[in-house]
Amino acid sequence: MAKTVENAITVNHVSKNFILPHERAGNVKSIFTNLFNSTALKSKEVQHALKDVSFEVKKGEFFGIVGRNGSGKSTMLKMLAGIYQPTKGSVDIDGKLVPFIELGVGFNPELTGRENVYLNGALLGFSTKEIDAQYDEIVSFAELERFMDQKLKNYSSGMQVRLAFSLATRAKADILLVDEVLAVGDAAFQRKCFEYFKELKANEKTVVFVTHDMNAVREYCDRAMLIDNSEMQMIGDPKDIAREYALLFMDKASDHAKKGNGKRWGTGDVEITDVKAKIEKDEVVVKVKAKVNKTVDRLIYGIHVMGQDAAEITAMNNRMIKVPDIEHLAAGESIEFEWRMLNIFNDGNYSIMLTLVDDVANTLDWYTHAASFEVKRFERSTTPVLPPVTVETKIRK
Amino acid sequence: MQLTFAQKLSERYRYSLILLKELVITDFKLRYQGSILGYLWSLLKPLMIFSIMYVVFLKFLRFDFGVPHATVYLFAGIILWNFFSETTGNALSSIVGKGDLLRKINFPKYVVVLASSLNALINLLLNFVVLAVFMFLDNVDISRNILWIIPIVIELYVFSLALGFILGTMFVRLRDLAQIWEVVMQGMFYAVPMFYPLQLVPEKFSKILVLNPIAQMMQDMRWALVGPKTITLGSLWSNPYIRLIPITVILILAVVSVQYFRKRAKFFAEEI
Repeated sequence: MAKTVENAITVNHVSKNFILPHERAGNVKSIFTNLFNSTALKSKEVQHALKDVSFEVKKGEFFGIVGRNGSGKSTMLKMLAGIYQPTKGSVDIDGKLVPFIELGVGFNPELTGRENVYLNGALLGFSTKEIDAQYDEIVSFAELERFMDQKLKNYSSGMQVRLAFSLATRAKADILLVDEVLAVGDAAFQRKCFEYFKELKANEKTVVFVTHDMNAVREYCDRAMLIDNSEMQMIGDPKDIAREYALLFMDKASDHAKKGNGKRWGTGDVEITDVKAKIEKDEVVVKVKAKVNKTVDRLIYGIHVMGQDAAEITAMNNRMIKVPDIEHLAAGESIEFEWRMLNIFNDGNYSIMLTLVDDVANTLDWYTHAASFEVKRFERSTTPVLPPVTVETKIRK
Repeated sequence: MQLTFAQKLSERYRYSLILLKELVITDFKLRYQGSILGYLWSLLKPLMIFSIMYVVFLKFLRFDFGVPHATVYLFAGIILWNFFSETTGNALSSIVGKGDLLRKINFPKYVVVLASSLNALINLLLNFVVLAVFMFLDNVDISRNILWIIPIVIELYVFSLALGFILGTMFVRLRDLAQIWEVVMQGMFYAVPMFYPLQLVPEKFSKILVLNPIAQMMQDMRWALVGPKTITLGSLWSNPYIRLIPITVILILAVVSVQYFRKRAKFFAEEI
């Protein structure tokens, strides 16, 4: 008989609906009319936060839940914590579960650091005596020895998070639920978080981890699940999940560019008529056609590349790459440009802006979101570019 | 298997107790934070209200309670009413007030309502000490009847808490309740013979007024403290079934409140 690992969490066909009552009373008249109009009183909207989700988390597993904002992943976590009840289906937990999903639950700004330690400790299930016994450790781990008698409202957000995290690491449980902790705190704090994660892994705790950080998913999770549009899209290897997650954003970004939300202005003396962008081997190629409506003495032409968040990654014109301006264009003529640049871009969708100006600072055609191209390397990283890099090392003795 | 069940049970109440203690302490600290007299206010307030009522009703209007020790009589009524109004008022907003907590952590929800009532209970007990001073200064003869105070306080606590559980639960979905309850309390304030003697009310009305559990408890407490001349439920009604009405109301309310709270508590987090 095969030895099976027990499940810590079993989620069985879980659906969750939220009933959102509509605001009823706008003015005095509508209060009275609605009072006698039962359909208006009962008007409500059902929001399907989760639809038929099933999965299992094995004991000792590090399980990631990823998804876009509003996809339902936090609702899922709240149901695991028992804060929400499923509308349909069941959630079974085997083991002691930490009851909170956020750091610093119950922290009160009007109380001192010390008082908050006892309050938050009580929420974690520690009696006054038990907190007494580990109080010094909690404080020194948070590096807040000098501040414990100050009110929490005088703490910086970083100090609050440190205190909250220090308390959270004390929680005695077999199953931990972690929501977005890594989004807060500085580099030193994040390092502490990761050390704590490693410790949890070493101690074979079951951890359910909700995050947007795909690097963390790849590094820590044994398995992961992708939730989108309230439904489970995929479950399995963290690498596959991270790739699928990245794709969600690319689709969205390219939709945006395809709709041509770009702005365009200029005199139109020279007008761009056609733009095509594509990737050829290791180059990004942008082909531009333009026609001359009115004679121009001198034409300076440029290209900009914008990333996901419309931040400019690179901008150049013919002068910067030491190509002479185009002189004497007569009305009726047409021009073609072919830009080629080394594809050093990382995963994502990029938008191209084209500019045509003359040498007395008249804008002839300024064309934002003229075209877009997409890079899929499946190595989502936080930096926009990936320049060719070499390194040589020499060790001297 | 039974052992683990027992362990789970004790573990569950351990958590509730730890939480209850810490919530009561926090409430206590926050309530009087920044005030100079701090906790003294819980004693000063009833004394001040007492002074006003004493001057207005005993001196100006010359209400005759028909018993000696009218000061003790009046003060006992005030502290009982204060407890009732404080407990139900605190309980009404307790769950909504802790919404932030309820949305982020799963814990036994009744702790919130219970914690909100405990500070009022401590106040009540402290005010009994002040009452004892009053009785001493007024040379009240203490009889064995004074022991009736204990079941009356229990009755009062059960009634207030049961109402509190219902109010707190309803307030999650029906926010108009705060206004409604304010009006109800104003009505009750006059329906209860706190500052006027029941003798002033025509008997056909006082017979009805005394069926209100608060009025019944107030008169019985005065009877236990000061003397047998007090008009009570027992002196107005000889029918034993009618005498049982207030206590029956309280018991029914207690059962209903537990059922109702249990049914709704699961959904507090999403409804707040």
